[in-house]
Amino acid sequence: MKQKKSFIAALLGLLTASLVNADELNMRQGVTNISHAVYDLHMTILWICVAIGVVVFGVMFWSIIHHRRAAGHEAAHFHENTKLELAWTIIPTLILVLMAIPATQVLIEMYDTGGEDMAIEVRGYQWKWQYKYLDENNNNAFSFFSNLATPKDEIEGRSAKGEHYLLEVDKPLRIPTNRKVRFLLTAEDVIHAWWVPDFGIKRDAIPGMLNELWTVVDKPGVYRGQCTELCGKDHGFMPVVVEVLEEAEFDAWYAEEVANESIRQEALSKTFTAEELMVKGEEVYGTFCASCHQPNGQGIPPVFPSLVGTDVVTGPRDDHIRLVINGVAGSAMQAFGKQLDAAQLAAVVHYERHAWGNNADDMTQPRDVLELSGE
Amino acid sequence: MMQPVDRQKNVQRTIRQSVLIVLGMCCFVVALIPLYDLFCEVTGLNGKTGGPYTYDPANTRPDTTRLVKVNFLTNTNAGLSWKFWPELGGVRVHPGELKEVNFFVKNTTDRVMMAQAIPSLVPVAATQYFHKTECFCFNQQVLQPGEELAMPMRFVVDRDLPKNVQSINLSYALFDITEAMGDVAVTGG
Amino acid sequence: MSEVIHADHHDDHDHGPEKGLARWLFTTNHKDIGTLYLWFSFLMLLTGGVMALVIRTELFQPGLQFVAPEFFNQMTTNHGLIMVFGAIMPAFVGLANWLVPMQVGAPDMALPRMNNLSFWILPFAFGMMISTLFMEGGGPNFGWTFYAPLSTTYAPDSVTFFIFAVHMMGASSIMGSINIIATILNMRAPGMTLMKMPLFVWTWLITAYLLLAVMPVLAGAVTMMLFDIHFNTSFFNAAGGGDPVMFQHIFWFFGHPEVYIMILPAFGIVSHIIPAFSRKALFGYDSMVYAVASIAFLSFIVWAHHMFTVGMPLAGQLFFMYATMLIAIPTGVKVFNWTATMWKGSMSFETPMLFAVAFVVLFTIGGFSGLMLAITPADYQYHDTYFVVAHFHYVLVPGALFSIIAAVYFWFPKWTGKMYNETMGKAHFWLSFIGVNVTFFPQHFSGLAGMPRRIPDYALQFADFNMLSSIGAFIFGFSQLVFLYVIIHGIRKGTPAAGRAWEGARGLEWTLPSPAPYHSFTHPPVVTDEEAHA
Repeated sequence: MKQKKSFIAALLGLLTASLVNADELNMRQGVTNISHAVYDLHMTILWICVAIGVVVFGVMFWSIIHHRRAAGHEAAHFHENTKLELAWTIIPTLILVLMAIPATQVLIEMYDTGGEDMAIEVRGYQWKWQYKYLDENNNNAFSFFSNLATPKDEIEGRSAKGEHYLLEVDKPLRIPTNRKVRFLLTAEDVIHAWWVPDFGIKRDAIPGMLNELWTVVDKPGVYRGQCTELCGKDHGFMPVVVEVLEEAEFDAWYAEEVANESIRQEALSKTFTAEELMVKGEEVYGTFCASCHQPNGQGIPPVFPSLVGTDVVTGPRDDHIRLVINGVAGSAMQAFGKQLDAAQLAAVVHYERHAWGNNADDMTQPRDVLELSGE
Repeated sequence: MMQPVDRQKNVQRTIRQSVLIVLGMCCFVVALIPLYDLFCEVTGLNGKTGGPYTYDPANTRPDTTRLVKVNFLTNTNAGLSWKFWPELGGVRVHPGELKEVNFFVKNTTDRVMMAQAIPSLVPVAATQYFHKTECFCFNQQVLQPGEELAMPMRFVVDRDLPKNVQSINLSYALFDITEAMGDVAVTGG
Repeated sequence: MSEVIHADHHDDHDHGPEKGLARWLFTTNHKDIGTLYLWFSFLMLLTGGVMALVIRTELFQPGLQFVAPEFFNQMTTNHGLIMVFGAIMPAFVGLANWLVPMQVGAPDMALPRMNNLSFWILPFAFGMMISTLFMEGGGPNFGWTFYAPLSTTYAPDSVTFFIFAVHMMGASSIMGSINIIATILNMRAPGMTLMKMPLFVWTWLITAYLLLAVMPVLAGAVTMMLFDIHFNTSFFNAAGGGDPVMFQHIFWFFGHPEVYIMILPAFGIVSHIIPAFSRKALFGYDSMVYAVASIAFLSFIVWAHHMFTVGMPLAGQLFFMYATMLIAIPTGVKVFNWTATMWKGSMSFETPMLFAVAFVVLFTIGGFSGLMLAITPADYQYHDTYFVVAHFHYVLVPGALFSIIAAVYFWFPKWTGKMYNETMGKAHFWLSFIGVNVTFFPQHFSGLAGMPRRIPDYALQFADFNMLSSIGAFIFGFSQLVFLYVIIHGIRKGTPAAGRAWEGARGLEWTLPSPAPYHSFTHPPVVTDEEAHA
C-alpha cells in the first residue's frame, strides 16, 4: 500500500515536472513584459488548480480504496457539517480574491495604449492580413498584404512540408525592438482575430470597428501566430508573421520601403511586355486567385466559376478588368482593386486571358486599369 | 390532499406564469436593441461616437495647456472600390477647440452608388469625450460615376478628456449601401 | 419505524400501450416519451459523432487529405449544433420525462399531449438541419456559435433552414420546460415539500426556468439574423449602423446559461448515484440546492467571458472576470459535497458509479481549465485555441455525457425490468474513460502551444497532439457501439431486476416494481423522509 502510494506520487511528480518543463507542453513565455506577466498568471492559476486537484482527488481516491464495501467498510451516517461547509466555501473565495489581484494589475497594464512610438493599421481580409504603416502625421507611408506562402503542393501532400508549414508569409510585418508599437485593428469583411502568442496579445478585427493593441519587444526574431476567429473557408490559412528587427536595421528597411513605394507608383505608368505580364500575372494569380479559381483555372463551379474559355475571359477586356477591380457584390468575389495595384491587376487580367489555352488577342497595361478605376 | 380540480387550476396558473416569463424575455430581447444602443451611447462602448453635438462657443474655452493628437483612418469595406481619403492624416487640437477637417470620396465605378460611413474610435475611454457637430457619417452619400466629393467634419474634444489620453484614433469605414437602399436619387447628396 | 410505503401495483394494465407505430406517434405517456427522447438523442450522438470522426480524420496528420476546408467548416458547425441541441439537451429532457413524475409521485407530466408535440418537433427540426448539408452551397459553416456577419452576409443559402430549425428546437425546449415546471410545482405527492425533493428534480426545476429565460433570447438572435439576411435590416450589419458585436452579446446571453442548462441535470443525476453506491445519504442536501440556484443565477451575468478579445472596455473585462471566477465557488461546494458523500461510505463500483466518479474527477478538471480561462489576461492566450476546445469537451463529454450514460445504466432496471450485463458495462466504461482522455487531454497542450480552433490543417508542432487526439476519438467513438450492444442485449436478455434494483438507491421510483408500470402512482404515494430523495 505504501509502495503503491509512493509510486503514484512519483508518477504525478513526473507528470507535473514534465508539464512545466517541456517546451512543447506549456504556454510559451514569449518575448515581452506582457507575455511574461501572462505566463506567470497562467502558471499561478495552474499550480493553484493542481494543488486543489491533488487534495480533492487525493481524498477521493483514498476514500475509494479504504471505504469500499468489498473491504468490509460500513457506511457512516453523517450528511452535514456546517463548519466544514463554511470552510470550503470561504477558503476558495479567498484564494480567488488573491488570484484576481495580479490578474487585475496585468489587465490594467494591457489597456495602457498611449505613448506609442509608431502605429500600424492591421486589417483582416478573407484570407490574409494587410499592414499599413502610419507615419508621424498618421499618413499612410506604405502598405502591403501578407499572404500565406506555403505552396499548395505541401498542403496537398505532393511535397514535403517545410519547417514553418502554414506559418510563413510572402511579406511579414516588421517592427523595431524597444519601441512601443500600437496596432490599430479592423477588418474588411467578417470578424477575424490577430494573435501573436510570443507577444501575449490577441484582439478581434471587426468590420466597421476599430480595436487597438500595443507591444514592446526587446528581442529580435521572427514570431508567428494565426488568425483566431473563424472567418470562412481559409481561416486556417492566414498566418501572422512578425519580424522584429534591431532599431537601426528597421529604420533602414523602413526608408527602403518608403522609397519603393514611390518606385511602385511610377511603375503604374510603365508598359510591360507580354512575357513580363504572364510571369507577374501567374505570381499574382497564385497568391490571390488560385485558392478559389484553382491553379488550373477551372474553379469549383458554381461557387467559384471556371476561367477556362468562359465568358468573362473571352469577352471584352474592359469588362473583365472592371469585374476584377470591383468584385461581384453578394458573392465571394472580392473587389481586388483595393488589394492589388494597377500593375498587378493588369498582369493578372492579362494572365487569365492568356493561360490555360485562353487566347484573347489583347494586352492589359497598368494605364488601362488606371483609366477604368477612375484615376 | 389536492383535489384534481384544484390541481388543474394550479397547473394552469403555472402555465400562465411560465408563458409570461417567455413573453417577458421576448420583450427583453426586442428591447435589447435600443437598450444596447443607448448603453453604448451613454458609456461610449464599441467606439461609437454618438450623434450630432451642439457646440456652444460661449461656454467652451479651449484648454491651451495641452494638445491632443486626433488621427484619422479611412477604409472602404466589403469590396466597395471608391476612393476615400482624409485631407490630413491627423491633427493636433486643444480640448475644447472646434476643428474642421475634410475628407474626400470618389466614385470610381461606372454606376450611381450610395455609401454610408461608419465611425469607430479608440481608446474606448475617449469615446464619450469626442463630439462631432457636423459629420458626413450622419448621412448617406450618393455619388454619380466619376464624381468626387469633399466632406467636412467638425468636432470638438471635450475639455474633460482624461489627462492620460494623448492620442485618439478615429476610423471611418465606408460601406456600399446602394442595393440596401433601393432606388437611389440621381440628384446626389 | 417507517410507515408502510404504498406502492401501486393495481392499475398498471388497465389500458396497456397501443401496438406498433401508432403507439409511438401518439403516445402521451411520460415513459414512452422519455424513451423516444433518449433513443433520438442517442441517434443524434452517433450522427454528431460521425462528424467528429470526419474532423479527427482530417486532423490526424498535417495537410489536407480528406475534405476541403469548406466542408470541414460544415462538419465542425454541425457537430456542435447536433451535439448541443440534438444529443445532450434531448437526452436530459428524456431523463426528465422518465424520472420526474415517478420521483415526485405523480402519474404523468402536467401536459401529456404537449409533451408528445415537444418531442416530435425534434426529428423534423433536425431532419431539416441535416438536410442543409446536401443543399447547394452546403450547410451551416460558421461555427455552432454562428457569429455575424459570417452567418448573415456571408452565409450559404441554407442558413434560412438553419434558422427555422433553431426556432423549432427552441419551441420544443420551451414547451418541455413549461411541462416540467408545472409538474414539479403542482403534482408532487403530499408531504414532498420543495426541500424534500430529489436533487434531480431540483436541478431540472432550475434548468427549466433557465430554458424559459434564454430560449426566447436565442430565438431573438436568429430572428434578427433572418431579418438582416432577407429584409435588409441592419441589426448586425455595420454598414447600416448595426453592430456585429451586439450579436455576440445576444448570443452569449443565451449561450452561457445554455451551458449550465447542459450541466445542472448532470449534477442532479450524480447526486443520486453517488449516495446510492456509497450507501450513504447525500452530504449537505441544502447546500447542494443553494449551490445549484446560485450557479443558475450567476450564469446570467458572466456571458461576456466568451468575448474577452472583442475590445470591451477595461471595466467590463474586470466585471466579467470577477463574476466568472465567482462561479467556481458554488461549483466547488458541490464537488466537495460529493466527495464527502463518498467519504466513510460503503462503496461498490458498478457501472453507474464508475461513470459518476469519473464525472466528478473529469468534470472538475474541466472546471479547472474553466477557471484558467476566466483569468482575462491569460485568456488572451487561450481564447479561440484548442485550450478552449479541451475545456468544453471535458465538461460536456466526461461531464454531461458521462452523467447521461451513468443515468441510463442506473435506471435501466427500473425502465426495462432487466439488468444489463455488468462486465460489458464496465468494459464500456473503461474504453470510454481511456478514449475520452486520450482524445481531449492532449488538446490542452495543442492549445497552449498555439493551435487555433476550427482549422482543417495545422503547423507541424501540433502534429503529435493531434494524432493522439484522433486515435482517442476513434476509440471513444467506437466504444459507444459497445454501449448500444449493452442496452439492446440488456433489454432482450437481461436478468429480471428487483424493484429496488440497487441496494443503496433511494427515491420514490425505487418503491415501484421493475419495470415501472405503464401508469404509475395513479394514486399518490406516502412520502417518508427516508424515501423522499437520495
